[in-house]
Amino acid sequence: MNNKTTNDPEKSALIELIYQLGDDDFILAYRGSEWLGLAPHIEEDVAFSSISQDMMGHATMYYHLLEALGEGEADELAHLRNPEAFRNAILLEKVNGSGTYLDKPDYDWAFAVVRNYFYAVHKQVRLESLRLSSYGPLADAARKIITEQYYHLMHWELWFKQLVTSTEEAKKRMFSAVETVWKDFGGVLTLGPSYSEMVKAGFIEDENLMKKRWLNRIEKMFQETGVPLQGEPLIESGNGRKREHTQDLADALATLSEVYATNPASGW
Amino acid sequence: MQAGLRFEQLTNEEKHQHFMERINRGEKIEADDWMPDDYRTSLIRLISMHGISEIMGALPEKEWVPKAPSLHRKLAIMAKVQDEMGHGQLLLRVAEDLMAPLGKTREDIMQDLFSGKLKFHNVFHMEAPTWGDAGMIAWLVDGAAIISQSMMLDSSYGPYARALKRICAEEVFHAQHGESIILALAEGTPEQRELLQDSLNRWWTSLIMFFGPKSAKETGNSNADKNIMYKIRTKTNEELRQEFFTKYIPRIWALGLTIPDETIHFDDDTQMWIYQDVDWSEFKQIVSGNGPRSQDRLDLRRRSYDNNGWVREALAAQKAI
Ligand SMILES: [Fe+2]
Ligand SMILES: [Fe+2]
Repeated sequence: MNNKTTNDPEKSALIELIYQLGDDDFILAYRGSEWLGLAPHIEEDVAFSSISQDMMGHATMYYHLLEALGEGEADELAHLRNPEAFRNAILLEKVNGSGTYLDKPDYDWAFAVVRNYFYAVHKQVRLESLRLSSYGPLADAARKIITEQYYHLMHWELWFKQLVTSTEEAKKRMFSAVETVWKDFGGVLTLGPSYSEMVKAGFIEDENLMKKRWLNRIEKMFQETGVPLQGEPLIESGNGRKREHTQDLADALATLSEVYATNPASGW
Repeated sequence: MQAGLRFEQLTNEEKHQHFMERINRGEKIEADDWMPDDYRTSLIRLISMHGISEIMGALPEKEWVPKAPSLHRKLAIMAKVQDEMGHGQLLLRVAEDLMAPLGKTREDIMQDLFSGKLKFHNVFHMEAPTWGDAGMIAWLVDGAAIISQSMMLDSSYGPYARALKRICAEEVFHAQHGESIILALAEGTPEQRELLQDSLNRWWTSLIMFFGPKSAKETGNSNADKNIMYKIRTKTNEELRQEFFTKYIPRIWALGLTIPDETIHFDDDTQMWIYQDVDWSEFKQIVSGNGPRSQDRLDLRRRSYDNNGWVREALAAQKAI
């Protein structure tokens, strides 16, 4: 794996940003694909798998941008990097529940809805900023992605609304998932150590500005639906932007690269 | 209106005769049309089994979705399993319309699946332990499905024929996706070729079984014959199996693979493929839920059904508001 480092701080900030974007979508698309056949009903299985597929496509677009920037082949970036080289937020790598996708999956639909809804709102905010990125290829990618992203956002927003305003049990489960996700959502909202370089170069807007937009949208939804406000989102489990990760990521990557790693040089 | 009134006054026998005349003229029957009870039950059996097979069929391939060995393959197999779920959804809706007059719903279909009353295709009870199997399923299982489904494109039941039209169009892409995986492995390293040959060895018997027994003798019932009489289907199991052989055996050989049946050959006199028949009692065992992965895969669905009970209740409560 030839992760070339560059002395150009602007270029390395750009590369850093695109890793964050690609890795976030890559790992959450994987978590989504684990749900196939296990969603609450067949219609949702169809919709959710379409969303996961779109997100995997978005990750692929970002990895191709990195390839063009000299970071190595997209497939190698997806399948051969160590967990310590991933920049995704820790919240997104967390397992869907106990068990594995092959064995006794006790997955939590409330956690899935909250994590995906919060992420979809953030992704929307982030893409709206990236559309105006000073790095042309990134702006182009953002414009393509945002048309699909709009449907993902609508999808998760509907689920969120329906479940937090329904039975007492659904409320209880959803409120508890909101608390869990909140403890680590700060890790999604941050741009990591080189954030000032990213902003200075005009690749993306200030993270505090984007966090405020995210909070505004989420808190408006909370007020409409009677969900208690939560204050500042936290980064409790560690900062993935600083390449801190959990065993969940290592396990996920082992699965994702199981076949490719047997012979990376060969065509598959 | 007048004609409608008169139709209601006909005896059941006359209605049946009128119905058969429509079918024999090549007319399509629609959901709200009068139909004989056994036509309805034949369709419900066939379409709910087909629909649930699409859904259970996504599970063995799902095992390989995250592990697909490149971004391109990951995207392609994700698209495929999503299509399969979509086929399941489309078909269950057709089945639901047929079941409605009997007071049955989707819930009954799911419960029948869990209890083992509703069966799904033998191939989806089998293990898929390697990436070669992901290719083999898409290439030959989907290939077999195309052959049996194309035969019903002109089915006398309009809603089924229309659903199949959409499904078959997508199945062609699935088979291409499978063929592409198979070609990459066939042109790859000796280990990759071995993976492929192992997978063919594993799937061959299941593929023969896919089309069902030759005649009612082996099954003890005559669903296939009845479906032909009602023009739901147009060919026998054996005719379909022969078509499959004719299409795929030359391709399998062209890849340098060996079919795990030394007797298989084309007989010029009868213009038929001669092959080693399978043990149909084993087939019965498999589709009755005693295949190597039958219960594991059913457990996945039962477990998710239980885990998501609160979601169904929450959605039902929302609708009631
Ligand atoms: Fe299908
Ligand atoms: Fe298919």
